[in-house]
Amino acid sequence: MGTDDAKNLMDSTPSSEPPSSEAVTENIWHKLNAFTDARVGLGRSGISVPTKHLLAFQLAHAQAIDAVHTHLDSKGLATQLMAQDWAPQSAPLFLHSRAADRAIYLQRPDYGRRLDDESARLLDEHQASYPQGYDLVIAVVDGLSSLAIEQNTQPFLNALFSILGNQSPSWTIAPLCLVEQGRVAIGDDICERLNAKCVLVLIGERPGLSSPDSLGLYLTWGGKVGYTDAYRNCISNIRPAGLNYQEAARKAFYLLKEAKQLKLSGVKLKDRSDDDLVIDTGHSTRNFLTASD
Amino acid sequence: MNHSDSKFSFRYTLGERTFGFVDLADLMAKATPARSGDRLAGVAAQSAEERAVAQMTLADVPLKLFLEELLVPYEVDEITRLIIDDHDKQAFFPISHLTVGGFRDWLLSDLATSEMLTQIRPGVTPEMAAAVSKIMRNQDLIIVAKKCHVKTAFRNTIGLPGHLSTRLQPNHPTDDLTGIAASMLDGLLYANGDAVIGINPATDNVQQATRLIKMMDDVIQHYEIPTQSCVLTHVTNTLECIEQGAPVDLVFQSIGGTQATNDSFGFNLANLAEAQAAALSLKRGTVGNNVMYFETGQGSALSANANHGLDQQTCEARAYAVARKFSPLLVNTVVGFIGPEYLYDGKEITRAGLEDHFCGKLLGLPMGCDVCYTNHAQADQNDMDNLLTLLGVAGCTFVMGIPGSDDIMLNYQTTSFHDALYARRALGLKPAPEFDAWLAKMGIFKNNEQFVLNQQLPDAFYKPLNRLIGGQ
Repeated sequence: MGTDDAKNLMDSTPSSEPPSSEAVTENIWHKLNAFTDARVGLGRSGISVPTKHLLAFQLAHAQAIDAVHTHLDSKGLATQLMAQDWAPQSAPLFLHSRAADRAIYLQRPDYGRRLDDESARLLDEHQASYPQGYDLVIAVVDGLSSLAIEQNTQPFLNALFSILGNQSPSWTIAPLCLVEQGRVAIGDDICERLNAKCVLVLIGERPGLSSPDSLGLYLTWGGKVGYTDAYRNCISNIRPAGLNYQEAARKAFYLLKEAKQLKLSGVKLKDRSDDDLVIDTGHSTRNFLTASD
Repeated sequence: MNHSDSKFSFRYTLGERTFGFVDLADLMAKATPARSGDRLAGVAAQSAEERAVAQMTLADVPLKLFLEELLVPYEVDEITRLIIDDHDKQAFFPISHLTVGGFRDWLLSDLATSEMLTQIRPGVTPEMAAAVSKIMRNQDLIIVAKKCHVKTAFRNTIGLPGHLSTRLQPNHPTDDLTGIAASMLDGLLYANGDAVIGINPATDNVQQATRLIKMMDDVIQHYEIPTQSCVLTHVTNTLECIEQGAPVDLVFQSIGGTQATNDSFGFNLANLAEAQAAALSLKRGTVGNNVMYFETGQGSALSANANHGLDQQTCEARAYAVARKFSPLLVNTVVGFIGPEYLYDGKEITRAGLEDHFCGKLLGLPMGCDVCYTNHAQADQNDMDNLLTLLGVAGCTFVMGIPGSDDIMLNYQTTSFHDALYARRALGLKPAPEFDAWLAKMGIFKNNEQFVLNQQLPDAFYKPLNRLIGGQ
């Protein structure tokens, strides 16, 4: 191991990594990788990142860039969602923002927040047939990662409807809206046009190096065009390696229920969904850095 | 103050053509070095020539005009009221005769010593700082910022010349305490964390913030680290945490440069004052009482449809008026986080980072920079290396430190623990003195002067690490 951190832990089990050159100082705490996706214990060449980690980073960055530009298969996703037992009876609505393509989308967020004329007309026609509106509309929006949408939408909605489907009185749900080249606020446009009380936006978040597949949720009560983030509640990082579907669904339902009762969302609606959990405060901040033997 | 009044419109004759600018806001916007956010807002110059002419026109504007022609009306904006009501005429006097162009010359001159720059601070408004920055080259922004010394303190002393601090940012996508502790350990062993140990929580509520605040406080106390902690949650959440008895060191808030921006963030100046008073009442600082941590970034006002027709850099500078009202320990411009619609590529990010650092320092703020980019921007690690180096030369107060540049919770790339050590070695920049002494005491640095890390795992961390991974 050459200049490896010399103090051995226990029996100094040999690292599974191939031996490095003398120029690289390995970090014994690289084993913390078992507990986090963060790039801890990379070791160092002098004080710089060793070659193998430098190149691994460059590859991840290249993949993330590619992920931003992958197109969402709305039709395929809709077919998959409509086969679920909770699926609304009405056919899904395929919508598009005013951003014609990804290049414009990236430079004009204002276009991504509004429906294009055809989509607006589609919703207005639907609303004319259902003037009474809905309790909730769910908008599935590609955002910056179509991968996040394709991977997480169905399992999350399965988890959400396993709670939401059992409520009395039952929630009336609008047809599923699938949106291409959309941003969070496009949900408000949809909410307003469908005369829905509440909108839940599922959107692909900015891809990270370790998480090209992260889904975000945004809840707005009485969404209207022009609403700012102060009117929204957010649940982030929903993906297999992040916040799991059941937990995300539990939090989302809590917010939906509170929003419906208080008739508001955003800063004034605090997420207290964890307050009733039994937490042993004596150990709730316990971690290996401060735990005693 | 009447924008339609003809004496406040600007004209410049070039050969046989005359360029006109509707008002000061229009002139400021068109004089701004090119960036995507101003194109998005529809306020940018239409051509390179128009931009250059706007800069020449702006250079002739007297600084005094910024006290008369208000870019956002006094009546509708509490930040304008703050800027005007707090303006110190006596401090302004030594520069009151200058134009924007003359102000640039003065700042670069030997008249503008560090002492003099400290003296005029309360007389400089954000709009004056923004205006002069627009006609300054990158090297001008660097060399003047370097002369602006801003010292703050809580459990250590931040901002001394020749020093660079780091925020240890141990974010985790599920706020898992083992994951957070792993990143904290990694950062500490790479000599990071003197500015603050600051977590962006994945789940943003009072209970979670309290849990994370307690966890960081436990670690800081256990290892007697001369640093401070912060959970980057909404100011109203932190206030609740304090009311419930949580050990809060610093109060965080994202701030913008117009009242409407801050409305969109869900707070106002009174909220900040209340939270500052609450944090001060805890008396947790040992060497100072700067208890606020603010984050800013060009583009936030436009993002909230709250830019009042101003360019994004002028809005950003106005946010610094909010910051300096509350004597922060740290202010961080998160320069590349907002995305390519505001700062398109590495060149625009670099320029914005230098502008923000300069304006912040000129106005007296402990200005740090999150040297960063997202995966949908036209930027990469080389751009970050360049900006980090430039900011290090400029005397930047602090930068971020994160394992391997990869924030696994916020999904962007910022400077790594390694990067901070690079800046120290390349530029000879030391951590806060109290923290530096701790690094020596703990055996993290083998040689503090040469920034040489110990080959050995420091004793204090042997047992906890062994507890977790010893059996593997």
